[in-house]
Amino acid sequence: MTTQAAALDRGGMDATEVGMGVYNMKLGMWVFLLSEVMFFTSLIGGYIILRGAHPDMFAQPGVVLNVPLTAFNTFLLICSSVTMVLAFAGIERGDQAKLKMWLIATAVIGMAFLGVQVYEYIQLSGHGFVPTVEGYRAEGAPLYGTTFYTMTGFHGFHVLMGVLALWYLVIQAFRGKYTAGSHGAVEITGLYWHFVDLVWIILFTIVYLI
Amino acid sequence: MGWLPEAVSTYADRIDGIFYLILVITGVIFVVVEAVLLLFVFKYRHREGRAAHYTHGNTKVEIVWTAIPALLCVLIGVLSIGPWLEIRNQANIPADAYAIDLTAKQFEWNASYPGPDGRLGTADDVIKRNQIHIPGDRPVVVTLRSEDVIHSFFLPEFRVKQDAVPGMEIPVWFQATRTGEFTLACAELCGTGHTRMGGRLIVHSAEDFNAWLQSEGAGPPLGPRVAEASAEDIPDQEASADVPSERPVAVGTASPSTDHDHP
Amino acid sequence: MATTMTDAHAAHAQDHHEPSFLRKYVFSEDHKVIGIQFLFMSLFFLMIGGLLAAIMRWQLAYPTDPSRPLPGAGLFPETMVNAGIILPEFYNSAVTMHGTIMIFFAIMPLLVGVFANYLIPLQIGAPDMAFPKLNMMSFWTAFVAGLIIMAGFFVEGGHSAAGWTQYVPLSADPEWTGVYTGQQLWLIAMTVLGFSSLMGAVNYITTVINMRAPGMTWLRMPLPTWALFITAILILLAIPVLTGALIMLLFDQTIGTTFFTVATGGEPLLWQHMFWFFGHPEVYILILPAMGFVSEIISAGSRKPVFGYNAMVLAIVAIGFIGWIVWGHHMFQSGMNPTLGMSFMVTTMIIAVPSAIKTFNWLGTMWRGDLHFHTPMLHAVAFVAMFVIGGLSGVFVASTPVDIFLHDTYFVVAHIHYVLFGGSLFAIFGAITFWFPKMFGRMMNSSLGKIHFWLTLLFFNLTFFPMHNLGIAGMMRRIYDFTQYEFLTQFQGLQVFISWSAFLLVATQVIFAFNFIYSLFKGAEAPQNPWHANSLEWTAAPSPPPHGNFERTPTVYRGPYEYSHPDAADDYWPQNAPGHAAPASEPAYAE
Repeated sequence: MTTQAAALDRGGMDATEVGMGVYNMKLGMWVFLLSEVMFFTSLIGGYIILRGAHPDMFAQPGVVLNVPLTAFNTFLLICSSVTMVLAFAGIERGDQAKLKMWLIATAVIGMAFLGVQVYEYIQLSGHGFVPTVEGYRAEGAPLYGTTFYTMTGFHGFHVLMGVLALWYLVIQAFRGKYTAGSHGAVEITGLYWHFVDLVWIILFTIVYLI
Repeated sequence: MGWLPEAVSTYADRIDGIFYLILVITGVIFVVVEAVLLLFVFKYRHREGRAAHYTHGNTKVEIVWTAIPALLCVLIGVLSIGPWLEIRNQANIPADAYAIDLTAKQFEWNASYPGPDGRLGTADDVIKRNQIHIPGDRPVVVTLRSEDVIHSFFLPEFRVKQDAVPGMEIPVWFQATRTGEFTLACAELCGTGHTRMGGRLIVHSAEDFNAWLQSEGAGPPLGPRVAEASAEDIPDQEASADVPSERPVAVGTASPSTDHDHP
Repeated sequence: MATTMTDAHAAHAQDHHEPSFLRKYVFSEDHKVIGIQFLFMSLFFLMIGGLLAAIMRWQLAYPTDPSRPLPGAGLFPETMVNAGIILPEFYNSAVTMHGTIMIFFAIMPLLVGVFANYLIPLQIGAPDMAFPKLNMMSFWTAFVAGLIIMAGFFVEGGHSAAGWTQYVPLSADPEWTGVYTGQQLWLIAMTVLGFSSLMGAVNYITTVINMRAPGMTWLRMPLPTWALFITAILILLAIPVLTGALIMLLFDQTIGTTFFTVATGGEPLLWQHMFWFFGHPEVYILILPAMGFVSEIISAGSRKPVFGYNAMVLAIVAIGFIGWIVWGHHMFQSGMNPTLGMSFMVTTMIIAVPSAIKTFNWLGTMWRGDLHFHTPMLHAVAFVAMFVIGGLSGVFVASTPVDIFLHDTYFVVAHIHYVLFGGSLFAIFGAITFWFPKMFGRMMNSSLGKIHFWLTLLFFNLTFFPMHNLGIAGMMRRIYDFTQYEFLTQFQGLQVFISWSAFLLVATQVIFAFNFIYSLFKGAEAPQNPWHANSLEWTAAPSPPPHGNFERTPTVYRGPYEYSHPDAADDYWPQNAPGHAAPASEPAYAE
């Protein structure tokens, strides 16, 4: 037998270890979140290009948008990330009560975030700040509303999906489906939730503060 | 069979030159690769008792056939940069170019000439539909606009093509090498009538062009071309607001305005 | 389909509980059934796309000639074809939908939907995909997208007529094209299809990373799997950008936002940048898997290891990376900053190199081989020959000054068809004939396959090669009636020639369709490994493989291309064969 064939065979024995050492659902969620990164990049990229091309069509921070209100909302969402971590830490120790409590807390805070966002939309549109051609002539052009509502709206949609997933987890938690050894759904929903939180911090910075 | 149309702009030959260079390079590669492929197809086709040669490859060969196409591509790229910037860089638009506005809309080209006041963009502009008249003794800069969708300004014989994009003003310059009538076409799908969005580009001699201006009631006749003239001396300069006025008059040898003096 | 599948599966069904018909063939979670479902759907769309091309070619051969009415004109409403004359509105729709359907509903699902689904688990030794349910949803989402895109032909105003690239503002306002509902259906269908592709991509990536059999290291993966893996990454990252752009355009049309409305600050070039930022990776999505299949078929057909396997993998990965920074070369004449154009030219020249490497490696694989010209091999070799032409013509349009003249002419049409038809579609024909025995347990008829191949090769070249000349002469793309331009009237005869070649090319595909259907029912029984190939789908699973693919998880001992190894008993050496000698082989399928 040639040394080459021997090497081939040895390789076969040595190289049995494949995979990332991460379970499929978690890896799948990471992969999915990569595509989400690209989706928000396209929206934010579009915003940056449009704003760069027409700086006069965008109001200065705080002129149109209610920054303190949204800063509070941002704080809420960050809190919900903390409660999500606590829920996950709870079930990792097998603590069902903590899991339920913190999951409910996360879902409720998520809903509060959406509530504030809806309130903000109503306020803004009441002042004539709408996403369409009719909208917001006062500040020059509707481009501002167009990009604002599209970006924050798609983020809100992602929060809504997260809230639905969280309530689903709550129901399953009450059925006792999650244990210290088996709680993948909690972990990947947490990943998603933190991602949505992170996207918001970026959006808040570039839409409200800059 | 079709081949490149007659070349009638000053830079058409340079574009065609790169075209032929690429044609030769790719032609040789094409012939060699296809010949080798055919050779292998016949030489190594299965016959009783033939055994394939066992090999996983050869790093040296691999490096060679990575380097050769890389070098050729770099060569083509480097040779393309000069003409590209000469044609497209706004700083290279000849300072004494005669300025015309060209506005596209579904499905026509409207060329504007300065009226008696000598300025473009004023009420007395003379507008010609689907006809562009230009002087043959000097460069022309056409400022492209679109009123509706994207169109593409295409002069096959001049090797000129540039999209007209709504909301943008895009200057295109060229200089004819002979007088005559040439094709004007739209090269970008622009709607149902895209197919009939053609016209004519007419190149006049200097005298004919002045006569034409006069017959149309358009702006002041053009004087003799002064290649090294400063920006202030050019009659229609300030009128073409779209051409940056601070651009250099002549940029070394890259600018054809120094190469082609008036006849 | 159902009948054959019943035959095929009945012999191998090892399930303890027989799932219902609906679960097994319609809402199946088996990656193989899903792959086959994609196959039937995309072959249907391939036919629709071909017929649309034939309609265009009729118009180009006999532009608005009342003495030459479109055959079958009576089938079309008067808003499309009037008194046998194709109306410009319908012509523009046909142009748009030929491109859209061929790229998104035929070639892309054929390469990825069919073969990523079918091959990846089999080639890496996995029982199924990581997420079978998601996989099923991926197909049915694509199916819904297909229904929506077909619905566009039947609505008032006709289907989208803004070109497959959907440049705004033409596509943004019905005022410009007269198309309203069709345009929105186009956008919705593409968004829905994007979700399908995303679900697929998440699945393929997770499966390849996590579910490889023991011993299946990265550098032992067959090249189709490698190519499909990188393709999945491109899909994962490119599709969301298109989705973002589609949503912006859809919002502009429906709720009145102004992303692309110039009067209120919108930017037409933003669409082009977003579209091509997606669109250029898309070009590689449409060719990388084809390159993978061709590598596999040429290696097996030459009885030789792939020449420079590592270089092939590197080239695929390199294309996957560089593909992200070349999108601007579609926009040289768009009014983009010329300096930016120059940078895009440089990156474009760089990306030509990995494609060249792959071509030379295919030649290297054939060098001193033992070439068996069965139908798949013919297609694979033709792929190399045609891809060379498509690749080289790309160099012309990559050079910015030359592109000034050639942009938006038939030269580009010739180029894209040499890559997508001469390239991708030949690889697809090769791959279908190559893996057909595995999919259906029957061989495709070899004589019919060869007749189909030679006629396709002939008529393909007769159709598309002269288009280079049309382009060099300056003929614009997407022109309804070229005789409107005096300088193009000289090509009347050539147009007729091209059109009849195209009609014969379309007609030739009937042979393939017949062979496909005939072989499904009457084809010769396929052995497990008819091509004497090494990869796991041939060496560890019967034809067709049962639910779950492998009786035991195979162990992999070597790379997939150990053909004609001096130590092996036979001229192939299965990836999963332990020890140093190949097992006694079953007879190869005689061509």
